[in-house]
Amino acid sequence: MTSAPAPDTLRAPLVVEFPFTRSLGPVQSAFLTGLRERTVLGVRTEGGRVLVPPVEYDPETAAELRELVEIGATGTVTTWAWNPEPRPGQPLSTPFAWVLVRLDGADTALLHALDAPGPDAVRTGMRVRIRWAAERAGAITDIACFEPSESGEAVTDVREHDGAFDDPVTGIVAAARLDYTYSPGRAQTRYLRALADNRTVGERCPSCTKVYVPPRGACPTCGVATTEQVEVGPRGTVTTYCIVNIKARGLDIEVPYVYAHIALDGAGLALHGRIGGIPYDQVRMGLRVEPVWSEDGRYPDHYRPCGEPDADYDTYKELL
Amino acid sequence: MTPDREVAIVAFAQTDHLRTTDEFSEVEMVMPVLHEVLRQTGLKTSDIGFTCSGSSDYLAGRAFSFTMALDGVGAWPPISESHVEMDGAWALYEAWVKLLTGEADTALVYAYGKSSPGSVRDVLTRQLDPYYLAPLWPDSVALAALQAQALIDAGHTDEPALATIATRSREDASANPHAQLPGARPQGEYIVGPLRTGDCPPVGDGAAAVILAVGDKARELCDRPAWIRGMDHRIEPHALGVRDLTDSPSTRLAAERAGAFERPVDTAELHAPFSSQEVVLRRALDLDDRVRVNPSGGALAANPMMAAGLVRLGEAAARIHRGASDRALAHATSGPCLQQNLVAVLEGENRA
Ligand SMILES: [Zn+2]
Repeated sequence: MTSAPAPDTLRAPLVVEFPFTRSLGPVQSAFLTGLRERTVLGVRTEGGRVLVPPVEYDPETAAELRELVEIGATGTVTTWAWNPEPRPGQPLSTPFAWVLVRLDGADTALLHALDAPGPDAVRTGMRVRIRWAAERAGAITDIACFEPSESGEAVTDVREHDGAFDDPVTGIVAAARLDYTYSPGRAQTRYLRALADNRTVGERCPSCTKVYVPPRGACPTCGVATTEQVEVGPRGTVTTYCIVNIKARGLDIEVPYVYAHIALDGAGLALHGRIGGIPYDQVRMGLRVEPVWSEDGRYPDHYRPCGEPDADYDTYKELL
Repeated sequence: MTPDREVAIVAFAQTDHLRTTDEFSEVEMVMPVLHEVLRQTGLKTSDIGFTCSGSSDYLAGRAFSFTMALDGVGAWPPISESHVEMDGAWALYEAWVKLLTGEADTALVYAYGKSSPGSVRDVLTRQLDPYYLAPLWPDSVALAALQAQALIDAGHTDEPALATIATRSREDASANPHAQLPGARPQGEYIVGPLRTGDCPPVGDGAAAVILAVGDKARELCDRPAWIRGMDHRIEPHALGVRDLTDSPSTRLAAERAGAFERPVDTAELHAPFSSQEVVLRRALDLDDRVRVNPSGGALAANPMMAAGLVRLGEAAARIHRGASDRALAHATSGPCLQQNLVAVLEGENRA
């Protein structure tokens, strides 16, 4: 039992990647399919305004919008911002201007990138045109970017369009990746460092004296910091368990196996772990177990029977 | 709207806002401010009628991260509790409504954000429209810069005026012991033109907490409660290209509904993470030079995501608590280019 020194906090890379699959409504489907076909569609509101990019409900009245129109691929910059250091995922990897562009025939502006040699080549009111991506799939990135187009008058010709295309795009995959550096804080750092020494430490609440394992730095009952470290285990008691019959993807443990709540000796609540070294149908409440450390010794791979007689129910009933 | 029940902010605490807080988990960061507002009022966790928090899993990169922070509250035996995946100012709004309904007499509101684990400019792109915007990864500075250029084009500001806002904010923050950037500093290079380093908020970690109470309970807990005279929040159309970025009609409407225009305020705590956004908000709220804007230094001096809006309400209230203000406006925002806006009007009772 020691009072805890501030540990050097652990840090590790944490990558979150998610490919959200999103379905498109009729207007968004027509717009994104149109981009694939180098056709820009807008939607007309009841008040006669043309919204580009189009939406399915009027932002002012919430009326359903379905009347599609085809507009041009040239337009006017309504505001801009020079981006000297493009970030991953952005449309261009060389310095560019972010622009809001009101395409000819539209009453609202579309956000995209403008390929220009420098900020001096960009101004509000400048004329631009779409540069199409060589390969188009039905996404906003089918517009590679805009490029300056100082010649040519504004084409304000707006044509009705039925929005029908062969093989319409009905969904998009919104792929994203975010990179983090995870640091678990003081309490969990202490816990993880102890595991590396094949020890399990909990932390005691100064108010209710319960020992939490794994510790998270606070007693959820009392709302105060837990700072006193207490070594628990290594042995413990199975308080309850379940039998897993379906193999998880990427897991090389044969089914069926047992997943259990284990109250380590001295701990105020049970943690969970796999039970090995015993046929799955012989695991029982009260079974006394000990940890079997992973090969790199950084966490208990599983718990196995330690050979002691079963614990009496009264000794662990509060921990169920 | 005019509430029937009187509700006041009676305590406020915030962490020091820091670039990184590796040594703290969320709960380790939040617990001291929870303890501090409880200490100020003498209340215990079990005395609180309703607890509401604001935060975002996207900052931490982990699902349900707020459940861990809840450990700091002491949630056993079961408490009446709620969470908004947003700035704590909106959690305060929820708590205020709960108190107005008579379901509780006191509320604890807290909010926190750790931006340091990830790249907050990239993380915030994930709150954008997933069809037309998010695939282009336009970061938060880029979108604010589009708004700044629109303001410059419209003649509402220019780069020297933006620099003046940045300098004034950080000079004011010299008196704020919690600020991340106390004291004026060079405007620096363009991050995304026309915005320079100085026009942008610091990236940092922090937390804040307030306690709300009704009527005589509030008078019992605080010498000079900051009464919430009105509060409202509104949103702009989702698509940036539909909006006039030089204006904030949602802020104006929220302020009107909160009663901000009924009598002048002496203080305004505005949640303007970018210098250019203060220009938009001053215009929307009709604030003139008689109003003390962001005496705390505002979000340009400390912008803990998800807590910075709640800090505005807390700073305004604390100014009333200590008698430096009689009627203050507090504003919070969320989303790109002042997408969503909340306005509260706070008053102290006349001193004898
Ligand atoms: Zn406790």
